[in-house]
Amino acid sequence: MSADISTTEHSAAGAIDDPVVAALKQHFGEHAIIEQATLTGLPVLWLSREVLVEALRLLRDMSEPFEMLYDLSATDERLRTHRQGLPDADFTVFYHLLSVTRNRDVLLKVALHEADLSLPSCVSLYPNANWYEREVWDMFGIGFAGHPHLSRILMPPTWQGHPLRKDHGARATEFDPYTLTVEGQEVEQHALQFKPEDWGMKRGNADTEFMFLNLGPNHPSAHGAFRLVLQLDGEEIVDCVPDIGYHHRGAEKMAERQTWHSFIPYTDRIDYTGGVMNNFPYVLAVEKLAGIEVPERVKTIRVMMAEMFRITSHLLFLGTYLQDLGAMSPVFFTFTDRQKAYEVIEAITGSRMHPAWFRIGGTAMDLPRGWETLMQGFLDWMPKRLREYERSMMENAIVRDRTRHVAAFTTREALAWGVTGPNLRATGCDFDLRKKRPYGGYEHFDFEVPLGSNGDAFDRGQLRIEEMRQSLRIIQQCVDHMPAGDYKADHPLTTPPPRERMLEHIETLITHFLQVSWGPVLKPNESLSMIEATKGINSYYLTSDGNTMSYRTRIRTPSFPHLQQIPAVMRGGFVPDLIAHLGSIDFVMADVDR
Amino acid sequence: MNGLSPQVAAALMAMLQAVVILLGAVLLGAVMTVVERRLLGLWQDRHGPNRVGPFGSLQLIADMLKIVFKEDWIPPFADRTLFVLAPAIAMASLLLSFIIIPITPGWGVADFNIGLLFFLAMAGINVYAVLFGGWSSGNKYALLGAMRASAQTLSYEVFMGLSLMGVVAIAGSFNMREIVNAQQGLWFVIPQFFGFCTFLIAGIAVTHRHPFDQPEAEQELADGYHIEYSGMKFGMFFIGEYVGMVLVSVLIVTLFFGGWHGPWLPPIVWFALKTSFFLLLFVLLRAALPRPRYDRVMSFGWKVCLPLTLINLLVTGAVILVVDPL
Repeated sequence: MSADISTTEHSAAGAIDDPVVAALKQHFGEHAIIEQATLTGLPVLWLSREVLVEALRLLRDMSEPFEMLYDLSATDERLRTHRQGLPDADFTVFYHLLSVTRNRDVLLKVALHEADLSLPSCVSLYPNANWYEREVWDMFGIGFAGHPHLSRILMPPTWQGHPLRKDHGARATEFDPYTLTVEGQEVEQHALQFKPEDWGMKRGNADTEFMFLNLGPNHPSAHGAFRLVLQLDGEEIVDCVPDIGYHHRGAEKMAERQTWHSFIPYTDRIDYTGGVMNNFPYVLAVEKLAGIEVPERVKTIRVMMAEMFRITSHLLFLGTYLQDLGAMSPVFFTFTDRQKAYEVIEAITGSRMHPAWFRIGGTAMDLPRGWETLMQGFLDWMPKRLREYERSMMENAIVRDRTRHVAAFTTREALAWGVTGPNLRATGCDFDLRKKRPYGGYEHFDFEVPLGSNGDAFDRGQLRIEEMRQSLRIIQQCVDHMPAGDYKADHPLTTPPPRERMLEHIETLITHFLQVSWGPVLKPNESLSMIEATKGINSYYLTSDGNTMSYRTRIRTPSFPHLQQIPAVMRGGFVPDLIAHLGSIDFVMADVDR
Repeated sequence: MNGLSPQVAAALMAMLQAVVILLGAVLLGAVMTVVERRLLGLWQDRHGPNRVGPFGSLQLIADMLKIVFKEDWIPPFADRTLFVLAPAIAMASLLLSFIIIPITPGWGVADFNIGLLFFLAMAGINVYAVLFGGWSSGNKYALLGAMRASAQTLSYEVFMGLSLMGVVAIAGSFNMREIVNAQQGLWFVIPQFFGFCTFLIAGIAVTHRHPFDQPEAEQELADGYHIEYSGMKFGMFFIGEYVGMVLVSVLIVTLFFGGWHGPWLPPIVWFALKTSFFLLLFVLLRAALPRPRYDRVMSFGWKVCLPLTLINLLVTGAVILVVDPL
């Protein structure tokens, strides 16, 4: 428990050799950069607010640049006890930059004090910083000078306080009972009314008066509670403003009051079509903190189940994507396929969409007897179905006409907007974490990474069909070569601990009891795990303060930046193109709002 | 009966026929709502409504009861007069068109010598239903739907009329009964194949059936022009769409597939069989096709269908002049 961050066995040795760190030190001087040793696996560098923008510009413009602002968020440091050796701070804002060409990341941190919570905005460098900075303002009350529209993004505009601050209540019992009067409803509705002037939009030009159309938050093609305000000239989209937050449940706040173990089911509901795929980055990050190395069998089971959920998620995507293009039948067929997949998933995990089945150090159960036959049945069923979808739909002239060269963007634009996953690969960028940074055992599997070329709505659809084929290939390898062994790591922090060890004597019983009721206590440190989730790169950045709960859990989801990019892609398009684009992004609002 | 003069008896008989045909059309439209759902179920790997009565046969009654008892709400921001008028126009204009349909040699409401023109006029009036409905609702989606509907219907009506002129030229009459009789030897679908194709397309477009359901495009406009309608008013739009589908099927049968003509079976059976085939085709199209983009639908109408009908008409005219100079 007493381990200080600066004395953990993982020194920053790797980071010192990093050419990026060297370049920064050379530019700003040795003392301007403070390195923090963490378990995140990437260089974590503290720098001052004054040099932040310059550092970001340096990194963005260097040869082999950091093209993507992968994540930007903050931590309330005021209650953190184990932060020896770190710069004094009340709040920390961190910038996670990603370089596809280098295949490396860097995490920049800036310390802020309560008296002066303000930073220069970096929207001019990374356009996707816009929403991230708004989120930091919304959640922490940290201002960004020069931001084009610094307003709340996830919370209602009328909200008081900044929820991710440590002094903000986390439980309903900490608040007065909620009531909504008629007058209150009027106020809330008025606050949500769209005023074009606030966004620098004109209500008309010399020839036309624009129509402002609320698409959502309840609209059949909004894929959840998502609102998009369109500025229309006829049916042409002059501009649009996405409005999110209707599905916000405060998952990051919940993580601060759930034990490491009991937060697992909450992760299932982040990308609610991804099932155990959501558990994956979380348990990997916790295992890094706990120092657990899981057995080969666990790795293979996890990969297999994650790929099953990639298939069910992509099947849902395919059905709804085609439905958004006006084809009403395919969704019923893909749901039949999903049902077949769920029968296997249900037999193995006991649940369907949200199994919460991964555990710290293993899985909840071993595979049941006869699972191979069930799985093989599914593997045999799928290929001809995928072929049929291609023949009946992807080769259909109307589908092609609706999607080819519609809502297309280049790799460069995708990276600038933080687009990851199939949507990035549809532009031809070969960046799949399963290949580039194998995690959880993916290095043992033989599969290909399908790529698109035009980055349009068609490629995004076609690529996912191909990804399902590759997932089937991976699962086939799991079925053929499932290693024998235990489904839980033999480690004191494995949760729940193996039952066999409980009944030896009173000490083992007490240990077991504590570990199940409190859950594991993890040493103070920080860890981060990124995975190639169903919709793009999903990561959990965990900060432990040596407690049974996380001090700060940052959940970076792929759908958030994907939605932010919509206006940049859709300007000048038609309403039906927008619907095709929305269908092709593959997002769920829970994954955006968390 | 003895007291009735033959004229009065004939008039009563005609009235009876009119009522039966009117009710038959409405009922068939209503039944089609359920039949379509069952057929879609069949083609989509699922059951469709099968719980009310044996094999879901009473689903229609359940739906009717539901729709009748729903609150008939008029939005406070709507233009009341037009809002109420629109569904009435939708239903009436389509039902009136059944007047000109000769079902069997003995059955039919009226033998207009302007037959076809009457249908085209009614189809023209039908646009107002959508336009009024969309406009009076005071809803932006409804307005966009109405805009699409009027543009689409007007464009497609241009060549819908023209596509039938070949038939009229060959038959030498606008009268439907004479057109049917002219097909005794050869169905007009053979000499007028392109006329048939374009009329079929226009028919789908004018009744806003998928894939030309742009005005209501659920994924885009969330039901378009009738988004604010509820209860029986929605019901009239809804049944109206199916009545329109029946009407177009009946017209295709009459104009291109020889109406009641056919060997062995009685005329009414032939007529029903042919009509069912086209109704089935309507449903199958909906199950099978995605929706093209709205502007593509327009350019398809103007750039492909219209020239095709014009060429068809020219060639038909030329052939008639060569074969049978007046």
